[in-house]
Amino acid sequence: MGFPRLTPIADRAVLVDFGDKVTDATHDAVLALDRMLGVAPVAGQVEVVPAMVNLLVVFDPLSTNHAAVAAEVEEKLAALRPNPMDGAEREVLVCYEGDFGRDLAAVAEAAAISAEAVIAAHLAGDYRVFMYGFAPGYAYLTGVPEEIHLPRKAAPVRGVAAGSVIIAGGQCLVTTLTMPTGWWVIGRSPTPILTGSMERPFLFDVGDKVRFRRVGLDQFASAGPV
Amino acid sequence: MGRAVLRVVEAGPHCSVQDGGRTGLMRFGVPASGAMDRVALALANRALGNPTGAAAIEVSLGGLALEVEAGSISVAVAGGGFVVEAGGARLGSWSIVTLREGDRLEIRRGPWGAWCCLAFAGVLVADPWLGSVATHALSGLGGGAVKVGRRLVVEAARVVPEAAIACPVWARPRATEVALVIGPQQRFFGPDRIEALLEARFHLTDAYDRMGVRLRGPPLAPEGALGIPSEPVLRGSVQVAGDGGATVLMADHQTTGGYPKIATLVGSELDGFAQLRPHAPVAFRAVTPEQAVAMVRVRAAALGRLLG
Repeated sequence: MGFPRLTPIADRAVLVDFGDKVTDATHDAVLALDRMLGVAPVAGQVEVVPAMVNLLVVFDPLSTNHAAVAAEVEEKLAALRPNPMDGAEREVLVCYEGDFGRDLAAVAEAAAISAEAVIAAHLAGDYRVFMYGFAPGYAYLTGVPEEIHLPRKAAPVRGVAAGSVIIAGGQCLVTTLTMPTGWWVIGRSPTPILTGSMERPFLFDVGDKVRFRRVGLDQFASAGPV
Repeated sequence: MGRAVLRVVEAGPHCSVQDGGRTGLMRFGVPASGAMDRVALALANRALGNPTGAAAIEVSLGGLALEVEAGSISVAVAGGGFVVEAGGARLGSWSIVTLREGDRLEIRRGPWGAWCCLAFAGVLVADPWLGSVATHALSGLGGGAVKVGRRLVVEAARVVPEAAIACPVWARPRATEVALVIGPQQRFFGPDRIEALLEARFHLTDAYDRMGVRLRGPPLAPEGALGIPSEPVLRGSVQVAGDGGATVLMADHQTTGGYPKIATLVGSELDGFAQLRPHAPVAFRAVTPEQAVAMVRVRAAALGRLLG
């Protein structure tokens, strides 16, 4: 089946698929359509949810329907100009010291490099906000350097603190809740993802570029609300 | 007019502050939350003269008991067929009662229904998060869980005439015919799986909370869908895990998921479906997206007439 593919969902959404596999091209297309719908919403648009290879357009079924929404989306697709360079730059502080980086040694061992080399690799990554999911503010970042790609742990570990910087495969995440996770805990961030601000409640938009900056324990204590 | 203070003396699990929900934030990982039965919330509030999406307490099958520490206030209970006891009188859901200082209000599971809404004539004080007091269970953000010892404060508390609230017939769950639209990932399911979804009888299980309810029934295992990229999901999505077990996502659902969705419940079916209890039987019928839109419009018009 050809892409982009539009699928009606229930009474209130159209799913726009750009491919079956996660690639830069499909995700750039997702972001480009997301931006277009943000600037010029279709009639009856309630919200747009961008993900890895697709984007969900939720509409109000009392004012429009699938066919009308799909027609408007098709028009936008015809004018789609993906631009991988778009996206604001955000900085996230990270402290790798002590228990904050409790899995650094295990990651180092699996990657056959030193713990300092794991940190250097993590800091060197060019991250992008791929999508939010799972829970409020859980922003999935892509761009973890290949040398520290690790599959998830066999079993999740309970009670991993909010603010933990965790990695699995090519993805990195700064948690916002204390939750179990099977990802590797390599640091703790004092940078709030849930900002508490009404105008900008979440630090990132999908598509933003993210750099991590290392801080020590003293700076962690003075930087953060945690 | 004044302030009423009610102390929670008994509370089952999953009782929480809810309202009409916070829409538009799924792109940030935030589902709408809000009442599991939004019709019940709207009718309870409207019976008291409140805005339909005003803050209320959602009560689970575990029940709730409150004691009035100060003030006089009318409250409305709508949703399901719960037992409501106040000041020696035994009533049910779909009623308004007036409480005075020292009175005890008790809400217990009754003949049918899984959730009811307790609305207050006045303004329930609760912490908003992003414009809504709806509690997101996983994070606790919003107005929060309602637990023993919590004091509920209602400002501008009023007393209104006691009356019955009309319970629309369609507020009752219809276990035999919950309408859904097949898809969006039906390509991972063979014709036999779709047929099983539509022909078989399923049962809700105890794996039921505000995030979703797992169903028991014939396995619907997808073909070759393990590890599909995580995709946006909706309230009402029927996602199928690798073992073939289906879960219907509810008010506090995760906003994305990597399990394929075989079908999605029609929006107007969600409130009635939420009133089914664990172990209740349920069957599904497929409608087209066009029929789904028509159903939602008919329901909205019917609710509009009730709300005046």
